[in-house]
Amino acid sequence: MPKFEYAPAPESRAIVSIKESYGLFIDGQFTPSADGRAFKTISPATEEVLAEVAEAGPADVDRAVTAARTAYERTWSVLPPKERGKYLFRIARIIQERARELAVLESLDNGKPIRESRDVDLPLVAAHFFYHAGWADKLEYAGYGPAPKPLGVAGQVIPWNFPLLMLAWKIAPALACGNTVVLKPAETTPLTALTFAEICQQADLPPGVVNILTGAGDTGRALVTHPGVDKVAFTGSTEVGKEIARDCARDPRKKVTLELGGKAANVVFEDAPVDQAVEGIVNGIFFNQGHVCCAGSRLLVQESVYDQVLASLQRRLATLRLGDPLDKNTDVGAINSAAQLAKIRELSEAGEAEGAQRWSPPCELPVKGFWFPPTVFTGVSQAHRIAREEIFGPVLSVLTFRTPAEAVEKANNTPYGLSAGVWTDKGSRILWMAARLRAGVVWANTFNKFDPSSPFGGYKESGYGREGGRHGLEAYLDV
Amino acid sequence: MSAPADTRTIAGSSLREFLHGLPGVDQVGAEARAAMLASRSVKTTAKQWALDTAISMIDLTTLEGQDTPGKVRAMCAKAKRPDPADPTAPRVAAVCVYPDLAHLAAAEVKGTGIHVASVATAFPSGRTSLEVKLADASYAIDAGADEVDMVIDRGAFLAGDYQLVYDEIAAVREVVEGSAHLKVILETGELVTLDNVRRASWLAMLAGADFIKTSTGKVTPAATLPVTLVMLEAVRDFRDTHGRQVGVKPAGGIRTAKDAIRYLVLVNETAGEDWLDPRWFRFGASSLLNDLLMQRTKLATGRYSGPDYFTLD
Repeated sequence: MPKFEYAPAPESRAIVSIKESYGLFIDGQFTPSADGRAFKTISPATEEVLAEVAEAGPADVDRAVTAARTAYERTWSVLPPKERGKYLFRIARIIQERARELAVLESLDNGKPIRESRDVDLPLVAAHFFYHAGWADKLEYAGYGPAPKPLGVAGQVIPWNFPLLMLAWKIAPALACGNTVVLKPAETTPLTALTFAEICQQADLPPGVVNILTGAGDTGRALVTHPGVDKVAFTGSTEVGKEIARDCARDPRKKVTLELGGKAANVVFEDAPVDQAVEGIVNGIFFNQGHVCCAGSRLLVQESVYDQVLASLQRRLATLRLGDPLDKNTDVGAINSAAQLAKIRELSEAGEAEGAQRWSPPCELPVKGFWFPPTVFTGVSQAHRIAREEIFGPVLSVLTFRTPAEAVEKANNTPYGLSAGVWTDKGSRILWMAARLRAGVVWANTFNKFDPSSPFGGYKESGYGREGGRHGLEAYLDV
Repeated sequence: MSAPADTRTIAGSSLREFLHGLPGVDQVGAEARAAMLASRSVKTTAKQWALDTAISMIDLTTLEGQDTPGKVRAMCAKAKRPDPADPTAPRVAAVCVYPDLAHLAAAEVKGTGIHVASVATAFPSGRTSLEVKLADASYAIDAGADEVDMVIDRGAFLAGDYQLVYDEIAAVREVVEGSAHLKVILETGELVTLDNVRRASWLAMLAGADFIKTSTGKVTPAATLPVTLVMLEAVRDFRDTHGRQVGVKPAGGIRTAKDAIRYLVLVNETAGEDWLDPRWFRFGASSLLNDLLMQRTKLATGRYSGPDYFTLD
C-alpha cells in the first residue's frame, strides 16, 4: 500500500451532453445519410457506446462537395479577407469558452488522459485558429506573391490520435486562405468534429464553408477521389497515404499534402541532462499512449550512459499512472481501438520472438476497454521489426551508439523521417545533428512540442507538404 | 555518478572535477516537470493524509530581529498543540529560532518529541570567520538545539572555491556531531542556476549534511518547486551511490496548503515515498501552519472558519 495514494479525481462528465445520434454536417445543417446508414462510436476505456453517427456514402460526399463549391464561389472566396479572419477569431474564442467540454468529450471518445486533452490538445486547437485568423488578411506578406489565391474545395481526412487538433491543423489554414472544406474525422473519434460543426453554427459561419462527413475508409476514399475536390489533405497511416497518392495522381489538378507515419529516433548523448532527458523519453513515447506519428519510438542512447539512462527510465516508468482517462491524475489512458490494440500486441510479440528483451513496470490494467502497459524493449537491433515498423502505441525500442556519426546513421536508417530528438548540453552538437538528421522536425532537449507558428511535416515515407507556420499556408494557396 | 570512495579527503581539484562532472540540469525541462506535477489533483482521503503529513513536517519558524521570549513561548505552545479546538491535529516537527532563544524553545518543548532547530554560522549571510561560525554552532547546541541549520559561504561557492565550502561544512559537522542534526542551507536564490543547485547539493551531502535546505527565507526567490525537484533528485541519486539517505527542507515562501501538497507530490514522484516522513522532509514555514489547519477543519466540517479562529502563533 503506497503511503501517498492519490484518491480518484475524475473530471465531471456533466459538462458534456452527448446526443443519441448525429447526422452529417452539410451546408450548415445536420442531415441523415442518404442511405440511412450509421455506425456506433464507443469509449475505448469502457467499451460503452457513446452515440450513433451517420455514415456518409458517395451521394452524401457529392452533396457536401457541391455545398462546399457553392459556398466557395458565392460567399467565402468573395468575402473580404479581414471578414474571414473575424470568423476564425470567433471560432477560436468559442473553442476557448467550450474548452472544458471539448476536452472531456475528446477523452471520452479517444481514451486519452484528460490532463493531455485539457493541457495540450485544447490550448493548441484554439492557438491554431487564433494564429491562422491573423494570417487571413495578411496573405500578401506570406511570401507567395502580391495576392495569392485559394485553391477551392479542400477534402480533408484526419486520424483518431488528436481528433480535434488535427481538425484545427486542417480547417484553420484552409479557411484562412479562402478555401472551403469537407472534412472526414476518423470513424473511432467523430464526436469532437461534430461538436465543432455546432461551433460553426454558433459562430454563424456561412453554410457550406465547413462540412463534416463521418464514416470509415470508404467515405474517405469517395471524398479524396471526388472530382470536385481541388485539394486533398490527409494525416494518417503511410499505407493509406500511398493509396491516396496513387488515386490523386490520376487527377493532376489536385494538390495533395500527406502527413504519414514515423519511427523517430530520440538520441541521448552522454553529456545530456539525464533527468530531463528521461522526462523527454517518457513524453516522447508515452504521451497520448504513443499514438503520435512523431513519437520518439526509437531511443538511441550513447553506450557510456546506457545503464544510467535505462535505470532512471525504468524508475520513472514505475511512477506512470495508467487508468481512467477522465481522472485528472492519469498519465496513460486507453488504446483507441481493439484493432490498434491487436496491432500493438502483434508487433510486441514479434519483438520478443526476434530476441529483444521486453520490460513493463508493475501496472494493473482495467478489465474492460483496450489497454496496453508502457513497454520498453532493450537489446533491439536495427533489423528488428520493432525498430523499423511504426507501432503507434506505448512501446519503446532502445538501441545504443558510440559516436555521433553512428547516431546519425542509425537515426536516418528508416523509411520514415517525421521527427527526431537530440539530448546534449553542447549547442554545437545540436546544430551538427540537426543538419544531418533527415526529419521534418528536430527537437533539441525537448520532445513533442508543437506550436501553430512552427511548420510540421515529413521526409521520405512520412509524407510531403508542411502544416503550420508561413510554410503551411502554401498547401492551401494556388502558388 | 560515482564519487571517490573517501569523500572526506578529496583534494580541491578532484572535488571540482566531480561536481562539474555531474549531469547538467536543463532548466526548461525541470520547470516543465515541476509544473506538470503541480497539476496533480489531491482530493478527499489523499488530501486528508497530505494535510496531516504536511503539518507534521513543519519546522515552525521565527527568525526576526524583533523576536521576543514571549513570541518564542507562544510559538512553542502552538507547535505542541497547533489547533486548540482539535486535539487530533498532529504536532509539528520542530521549532526553529535564533541561537540566543534556543534555550527558551528547548525548555518549552522538552519531553514532547518536538525538535529544537537553531540557525547558526552567522545566519543568514554567513559572512564571518570560521571561528565565529563554529562558536555560533556550539552556542546553539549548548543552548539545547538538536538541529543546526547552517548557511554555506555562497561567495566562495560562486567563486568556484568548493573546497572552502566543503571544509566549512565538515568543520561544523564535527562541532555538532553526536548532539545535533546538520541542515545545510544552500540559499538557492543566490546560486541562481539549477546546475549550481545540483552541485551545491552534492557538495553539502559529501561534506556530511543530514539535510539540505533551500533557503534562509531572507532572499528572494526562496524555495521553488524546480529547485526542490533538483535537490530531491540529488538526494535520491546520492542514496543510490553512497548508501546514505539525506533529507530535504524547502524553506521560505511556502504559505498555502495547496503549495505544501504540491511539494509532497514532488517528493512522492521524485525521491519516492521513503522521503515522505518528517525525518526526511521538512517545511521551513510559519504562516503555512494556519492555512493547513484551516483546510483541515474545512475537510472535516465542510465549512471554512475565518482566520480569527486560528491562533496567531
